[in-house]
Amino acid sequence: MDLKTVLEVLEGELFPPPPGLSPAAVENLDRLEFTCGGAADLMSDVLAFARPDSLLLTGLTLPQVVRTAEMAGILALVFVRGKHPPPETSALAAEVGIPLLGTQYKMYEACGRLYAARLPGTGFPDLYALPYGMGK
Amino acid sequence: MTDHTDVEVSKLQELVYELKIEDVMKREVVTVAPQTSMREFKELLRLKRISGAPVVEDGKLVGIISLEDLIKALEDGEMDNLVGSKMTCGVETLCSDDSAVQAVNRMARFGYGRFPVVDRSGKLVGILTRGDILRGLLRRLEVNYREEEIQRYRASHIFQDIVSDRTSLILRYQVQGKDFRQGGAASSKIKRAIERLGGGPPIARRVGVAAYEAEMNLVIHTDRGGEIRVEIQPDRVYILAEDQGPGISDIEQALQPGFSTAPEWIRELGFGAGMGLLNIKHCTDRMKLDSKLGVGTRLEMWFHIPPPESAPKQKEDLL
Repeated sequence: MDLKTVLEVLEGELFPPPPGLSPAAVENLDRLEFTCGGAADLMSDVLAFARPDSLLLTGLTLPQVVRTAEMAGILALVFVRGKHPPPETSALAAEVGIPLLGTQYKMYEACGRLYAARLPGTGFPDLYALPYGMGK
Repeated sequence: MTDHTDVEVSKLQELVYELKIEDVMKREVVTVAPQTSMREFKELLRLKRISGAPVVEDGKLVGIISLEDLIKALEDGEMDNLVGSKMTCGVETLCSDDSAVQAVNRMARFGYGRFPVVDRSGKLVGILTRGDILRGLLRRLEVNYREEEIQRYRASHIFQDIVSDRTSLILRYQVQGKDFRQGGAASSKIKRAIERLGGGPPIARRVGVAAYEAEMNLVIHTDRGGEIRVEIQPDRVYILAEDQGPGISDIEQALQPGFSTAPEWIRELGFGAGMGLLNIKHCTDRMKLDSKLGVGTRLEMWFHIPPPESAPKQKEDLL
């Protein structure tokens, strides 16, 4: 699912990319393709279960969410319940190139809408066999 | 493949907009004065091997004269006439601070292959052909490409370029205790270092996640912070996170999923779910945790880097 579809499904907004982001980087937003989605407010859960190339919905707006996404290879973040990211979060997101989205929907409904629009989840938490089966 | 091409095209588009005409135009322009005779002009074309020239009077562009005008003058027996009477006036020009994309558009619109370039005061400063734009773009692309490549090359070849019986690169990061804002900054740099050194996304991700959990443990559980030391060898990464913090009373218990001693405020921030050490264990190939109450904690992590030849295709590898 691409970014445009996510925004449509969530009736969401893309928080303005900070000035200085190159036109190519902005254009790249259109090329993002999420293979699955996840939702969590617990960052350790995100680190444990997130899949690369996924979309993360969260109610937390602190910069650590961006760091977590960076480490886990998450492509974009959605802040639910109409929350706006504080400037330090936006700044970090710009630095590491992770787009920030927002929706007025609460977590449950935001997830439900995306799932109904056929964005799959990250799969069963086949405790650790799944996410880190990589190269081992 | 198509994705890759698309990115390249957009990069090229970006360059066409960024590139200024003055960056690509030829500055040494052969010009003629209006008082030059067509006969002298013919000699000039022969000597300089050109097919036309801007006509300049007192530094200002007044017209343009081409091979076509010369042939016409030859046919009409007007070789002693002056350039000023045979030239084309009201020449289409480009401005030196316009972008290359404007030049491309005007070339397409007027069908001319060559445009005199003037500055804002109308003074002739150069000449521009399609070839100049193409050359300028290629040069810029090459520079951009090489800058990226050189950084990656320099880093990834460090192990080939510097020869020893066993070469390793050691990175040290000081992590501040309770400095939640900065938490993760070291891991981000570690992950990028692995990528720069040629580690693929899966290994960079494993190292990144494990380092991040270890770094957040230093931030959350210690007052004075600690040090993360990363030792990178071509086939393995070793990370030591060490602190003189409170220590762990029961390591077995600390490894249980969901067990956490993190304070409430940390949990409110989305951390301290009791998954950290478990996450680390599953990202690493080997992990060793030593701790003494009141003395400190030593967390050691080992990662094998699979050789690039045997690495599966990137996409499958990621999943």
